[in-house]
Amino acid sequence: MTTTTRRTLLGTGAALAATPAIAQARWPVRPVQLLCPWAAGGGTDAVLRIIASLLQRDLGQPFNVINRTGGSGVVGHAAIAAAAPDGYTLGMITAEICMLHWQGLTELTFRNYTPLGLMNNDPPGIQVNNTSPYQNVRALADAIKASRPGQFKASGTGQGGIWHLALAGWLGAMGLRADHVRWVPSNGAAPAMQDLAAGGLDFTTNSVPEARAIIEAGRARSLAVMAPERLSAFPNIPTLKEAMDVDYSTGAWRGVAGPLNMPPAVVSTMDAALKRVFDSTDYKDFLNNRGFGLVYADAAGFGRHLAAADASLGDAMKAAGLARS
Amino acid sequence: MDDLLEAFRLVAATDVLIAIFASAIYGLVVGSLPGLSATMAIALLVPVTFWLSPIAAIATIITASAMAIFSGDLPGALLRIPGTPASAAYTDEAYAMTRKGQAEVALGAGLWFSAIGGIVGTLSLMLLAPMLAEMALSFSTYEYFWLALLGLMCATLVARSSPIKAIASMLLGLLVACVGMENPAGTPRFTFGIPDLLGGIEPIPALVGVFAVSEVVGALASAEPPKLPKRVFGSILAGQWLLTKKYQWQMWRGNFVGIIIGILPGAGADMAAWVSYAMSKKFSKEPEKFGTGHPEGLVEAGASNNASLASGWVPSLLFGIPGDTITAIAIGVLYMKGLNPGPTLFTERASSMYALYIIFILANIIMIPLGLIMIRMASTVLRAPRNLVMPVILLLCAVGAFATGANLFSVMLVAVFGMLGFVMERNGFPVAALVLGIVMGNMLEQNFVASLIKSDSDILPFFERPVSSVLAALTIAALLWPLGVWIFNRLSRSRSTTQPITGGTKP
Repeated sequence: MTTTTRRTLLGTGAALAATPAIAQARWPVRPVQLLCPWAAGGGTDAVLRIIASLLQRDLGQPFNVINRTGGSGVVGHAAIAAAAPDGYTLGMITAEICMLHWQGLTELTFRNYTPLGLMNNDPPGIQVNNTSPYQNVRALADAIKASRPGQFKASGTGQGGIWHLALAGWLGAMGLRADHVRWVPSNGAAPAMQDLAAGGLDFTTNSVPEARAIIEAGRARSLAVMAPERLSAFPNIPTLKEAMDVDYSTGAWRGVAGPLNMPPAVVSTMDAALKRVFDSTDYKDFLNNRGFGLVYADAAGFGRHLAAADASLGDAMKAAGLARS
Repeated sequence: MDDLLEAFRLVAATDVLIAIFASAIYGLVVGSLPGLSATMAIALLVPVTFWLSPIAAIATIITASAMAIFSGDLPGALLRIPGTPASAAYTDEAYAMTRKGQAEVALGAGLWFSAIGGIVGTLSLMLLAPMLAEMALSFSTYEYFWLALLGLMCATLVARSSPIKAIASMLLGLLVACVGMENPAGTPRFTFGIPDLLGGIEPIPALVGVFAVSEVVGALASAEPPKLPKRVFGSILAGQWLLTKKYQWQMWRGNFVGIIIGILPGAGADMAAWVSYAMSKKFSKEPEKFGTGHPEGLVEAGASNNASLASGWVPSLLFGIPGDTITAIAIGVLYMKGLNPGPTLFTERASSMYALYIIFILANIIMIPLGLIMIRMASTVLRAPRNLVMPVILLLCAVGAFATGANLFSVMLVAVFGMLGFVMERNGFPVAALVLGIVMGNMLEQNFVASLIKSDSDILPFFERPVSSVLAALTIAALLWPLGVWIFNRLSRSRSTTQPITGGTKP
């Protein structure tokens, strides 16, 4: 029985061929790069950095965040998609990946990525100045329906940004045209909230955490969130469905992804590791302190989320006349 | 009173003191590297703050930002590389002083008046925060539009060349600011299908290019200047007391303007430095000396940009609206550490607020000894041979540009703007005006278009609101002033033809 049979030879061959696979099963054996398409110091950067430090603790290798900025996020997103699929270059993709291609600004879509885990989602809110006559979202909605097109002014981010699409989607869900309320472009949520407090706008549709300080200062009120359920950090704000029976939700989400054709072993290791990161108290405390929304989906769930978000954002962009085709 | 004592106890904790000292050195080093801005220095600190106590975390940010803004003046004065857009306004002036052999006066003025500005700014934060914040909240897009326009008009004031060339440079800067899709329409402009251009042209690579790289190119094209006479590097602070007495009025005006501009979200240290430098020249008794190595403008602008740094925290702490990019990052850290911005921070967590003030003052005080050491070390570069210094500058520019976004495109931008800056300088077009156009362009356009959308294309609201009407009057007066002077000169010349009068405009 000690003679070398063809079968054992084959077996050895198979074992040899399998060596790389075993090495991959031991991923990661060297530091991993995490690309962030947005600048250091911003919200995406903060979330990715806490994930990186928790992954490092979990998987025992350094996870280094690199800010690959430029081109309104296109450059960094492209770098993640174009990375070698060995699991050593991953990154964070944001809602913009489901928006930029509709505007014809890039060929990249969510199909260019291997989704690994959805880690955060911030739904839009509807904020008014504290002196505004509208006490609830139904009163505001009725006033909007009764107004002439363009009479109401809203802001929250730049033209075609995620909060603009949230407004367009909400108006669409009420049966109004996407441009019934005129959008005032701003350089992000902070200037929009300031202009709201200065009395320059009727309402804003940025996320509640971005409005939090002004609300707590008693200068603004949040009437509703466009989310399926209330936010854990702001339990007093009703959802659209509760307040006016309009079922519309969207959000600025962030998730970890890699390039296509990654080894399945890496995907499953990351999938499990990201779940542990999300369930850790460190991560939950961090997001709660910042007011960021705790929403999770595993690799498969993130993939479904991407497809759904791409379709719904595409619809909103077409309705708002922002999509190219 | 108990709160104040508690605050001292909070700051005196060992971990806080170590954090202040370490971040001071870190801020000095990063700020002095060309292309690495104060914002970058703070952003890199954020992961470190995860592991610090709340007070220590805020202390690192406050200290590192104050140090980085000051040490941004170092390469500006020594090598003509402004470390931050805030020091671009007076880089040429400080460099001219270095060329005259007064490097220590220029650098000392940067240090001394930065520290004073920082402390005065902190006092304003302590005493007037709620009132100042109220003022900041009354600014809508109309007011910001006028403010940006006023800022742009500084271009003709700060330049030493003809006003026509200064305006041409500034307009070129505005054109550069049009690139990308960060405009009100969200539509790509002048991007030529290059994804990197979608985000527009960042001021930092442009700044490093037009000042530093063009200087290196200029050095290649010209013969080595005669060596600076070998002499002992003079006392750095001795001259500052004289300057403080001589230019006391300018210093206070700089502090005041810095505080006002600083509390306006989105305006910040850059604009404070520009406006103060321009004001200094406008109201100076000897405006002809500006640009030739004259400390007056340095005093005013140096005080102004550090004062604005402290008052920039007012809207951040009260309303969570960032005054500039540094406080934008700081707000995130405040939330993370449970020190949520808002009026309750001032009432319920008063001891933490007092601790924050103490850290501000402490940071500005230790800036002086640490800054002195830094100046001594940095000034050795003046004695190094030019053919060694120039390649190193080029290398630093490339590394600094790459570091901001891990993107080679920024390095290319530095090179392109270096060439552009060289050609412009050779032909007498001031590059500082170009930078001003790039920095202000977005603010001007954004607020103009947003205002028009809000008013349904009606011009009247630009003049209706109380603050905007005052700003509009100021802007229009500043616009018509040179015209008035010109007409006055023409009239008086036609009356007395014997003595030609040279006014602001050359015949």
